[in-house]
Amino acid sequence: MNSVVFAIIAIFTLTFALAAATNPRLMHAALSFAVMFVGVAAFFFLLGAEFVGLVQIFVYVGAVAVLIVFTILLTRRDAEKDRGFNWGGVIVAIAVFAGLVWAILKTQSVSIGPPVIKALTVKQIGEALMTSYVWPLQCVGVLLTAALIGALILVLEDKRE
Amino acid sequence: MTLSIWLIVSVALFCIGLLAALSRRHAIFILIGIEMMLAAANINFIAFWRFAPQPAQPIGVMVAIFSIAIAAAEAAVGLAMVIAVYRHFHTTSVDQLDRLKG
Repeated sequence: MNSVVFAIIAIFTLTFALAAATNPRLMHAALSFAVMFVGVAAFFFLLGAEFVGLVQIFVYVGAVAVLIVFTILLTRRDAEKDRGFNWGGVIVAIAVFAGLVWAILKTQSVSIGPPVIKALTVKQIGEALMTSYVWPLQCVGVLLTAALIGALILVLEDKRE
Repeated sequence: MTLSIWLIVSVALFCIGLLAALSRRHAIFILIGIEMMLAAANINFIAFWRFAPQPAQPIGVMVAIFSIAIAAAEAAVGLAMVIAVYRHFHTTSVDQLDRLKG
């Protein structure tokens, strides 16, 4: 793992995450959100989990970002108005960050280097999904179907009379 | 490149998500903040998987895949709720949705 690449991806991801969190213009923030997920996928590639990185790009940059843009466009009339910014949230976020970083730096067992491992192939992931993880996989299928039907029912126009 | 650097980056991403979820008034941004926090958790799962001695099964990768699937379901239902709320109240600002306030 290359530390220069890591630093570049970290700065890229965190910059776009901050832009998505603080940009008052909704559409720009949604696009920063999509770009941020490319950075997160690059982290997964760097860690040797290429399949998860690809899934992340397909699901987030492909589907969730489009859903968010659609929702922004459907609620457009409301979107342009300026919203207040709650500074209490900034204080809470900084406090949580400081506490967690302090905890990480105090923990000796996490300051270890990566062991040498064999590359994880998609074949291995598929075999694991179809053998020991087949029950969770089916449950996720049911959950996605339920979420699809639930989302449709939520946005259906109610027919009066 | 130790594990703690990965954890610190993921904590930073988590806290930016927390900032978005706590300080933005717009409901879509609260969802975006939650998605960021979930992404930070996924980075943690993959990092712990990569830095641990390798078991027979790629457990961390599996958890991350399932978490992405569930986060996608959550985003779809959440955004549908934003649209339903907008239709009903003609606003997406969470400050104005205070009908149940005592």
